[in-house]
Amino acid sequence: MAEKILMKGNEAIARAAIHCGCDGYFGYPITPQSEVMETLMEEMPWETTGMVVLQAESETSSINMLYGGASCGKRVMTSSSSPGISLMCEGISYLAGAELPCLVVNVVRGGPGLGTIQPGQGDYFQMVKGGGHGDYKCIVLAPASAQDMYDFVSKAFDLAFKYRTPAIILSDGVIGQMMEKVEMSEQKPRWTDEEIKKNSPWACTGKTNDRKQNIITSLALDAAVHEKLNERLQAKYKKMEEEDVLFDSYMTEDAEHLLVAYGSMSRICQSVVETARENGIKLGLLRPITLFPFANKEIDRLVPQLKSIMSVELSAGQMVEDVRLVVNGRIPVNFYGRLGGIVPSPEEVYEAFVKSIK
Amino acid sequence: MKEEIIIAGFGGQGVLSMGKILAYSGIMQDQEVTWMPSYGPEMRGGTANVTVILSDKPISSPILNKFDTAVILNQQSMDKFEGAVKPGGLLIYDPNGITRFPERKDITICSIAAAEESALLGNAKAFNMIVLGAYLKMKPIVSMENVIKGLKKSIPERHHHLIPMNEKAIEIGMEKVQVL
Repeated sequence: MAEKILMKGNEAIARAAIHCGCDGYFGYPITPQSEVMETLMEEMPWETTGMVVLQAESETSSINMLYGGASCGKRVMTSSSSPGISLMCEGISYLAGAELPCLVVNVVRGGPGLGTIQPGQGDYFQMVKGGGHGDYKCIVLAPASAQDMYDFVSKAFDLAFKYRTPAIILSDGVIGQMMEKVEMSEQKPRWTDEEIKKNSPWACTGKTNDRKQNIITSLALDAAVHEKLNERLQAKYKKMEEEDVLFDSYMTEDAEHLLVAYGSMSRICQSVVETARENGIKLGLLRPITLFPFANKEIDRLVPQLKSIMSVELSAGQMVEDVRLVVNGRIPVNFYGRLGGIVPSPEEVYEAFVKSIK
Repeated sequence: MKEEIIIAGFGGQGVLSMGKILAYSGIMQDQEVTWMPSYGPEMRGGTANVTVILSDKPISSPILNKFDTAVILNQQSMDKFEGAVKPGGLLIYDPNGITRFPERKDITICSIAAAEESALLGNAKAFNMIVLGAYLKMKPIVSMENVIKGLKKSIPERHHHLIPMNEKAIEIGMEKVQVL
């Protein structure tokens, strides 16, 4: 078994990027995710795997470097935190429109505006519902440990290339800054030029006489053509919902009440479930791992056995809207959240839960 | 076994690295660990604290408001965390700079004059290892062997020649800790 190393979630992202054969990282520093680029700079992968690591002049610039790299079929990524991600949203919309695979990591802090450097989950709407303009969605993965941060990088790249779409890792300050032990995989080589041509025949790899030119664009002035593109995007999103929903369940089999929480809050809610069980309350936890596609079917399956659901978030109530859409009024859907970078203790959440079922 | 610890003091006292060494020592004996720092403006001068959990089972919440042990290294942290020790728990503090001493009757209270001892040793950097020694004397949750292994993992190789000095500092802490 591989050696287990103590590291921050942010560090795990950087090491995973190198190990899974990422071709390029383009970023701009911002707390609480600066360790991603710091670790990459320390590791100097350009001397080993040939991976490019570049500090761009701004977030706007880094996301457009992704557009360039992804157009050539390269496995490229960036990371930032909330205000920086806002700057990238135009680029993410273009990447989605041009059907380009890439990875964007958002280690969320409290907002709005410059907000706080403390943890938050207030970017759920932005990441899950779009963020940029137009009818697009990204695959969104929500890690809850340093090991998840490591494992989800490779998983996100696989999904991004499966669907030719940007994938997002939606983390937060707790998961980014916390150290836990991480088991790392073996180094995978980066794709060769031949592999890129084979894996991504749509990419701009230099036109040869045996094929037509590849054009990467999100622009279609002909409405009929553009509607076709949009229909293709929507078909992809539907396929994601059928094939790639991920979630974790904790003590849901006999649950009468359910907490729904992702990322760091799912860890805290696991403790809440333990306390409730000690006190004889049949509480379970559903932790969505993919936020889009969302665990609609699993929530729907659980509703008949449940008396109530509570969504717990570091926001004013964002994911709770998706839970309510599934539940559709059949049982009460409550909400508990803290704002401004405050992370509630398990006791605080437990009290709120007990109050919600009285 | 599950031990939930808060280590709190000033930035620069080695609070975070003490927590890291403890966490690594836990990994060396195959335990689950989490190390959750306060990473706010504290890092830029002011108070710093870290929550470390060592457990035989997977750890759910890394965020806590009650602790088995509080290691307290300045007055601000005393004010904030004395009340956060679970009944029957342990509070260790360095009296240097403390103006209001702990008053709880339902917990074990220990003092370690780590600032003074590190000055006597002529090495201010030994401070956090003396504190670690005091803690390990009271709660021998990790063996000295695993602490040394943890040290090797958590400090860069170019500093490995300092390990014997750190070991000595831990021993001083173990010897000088006083149960009040």
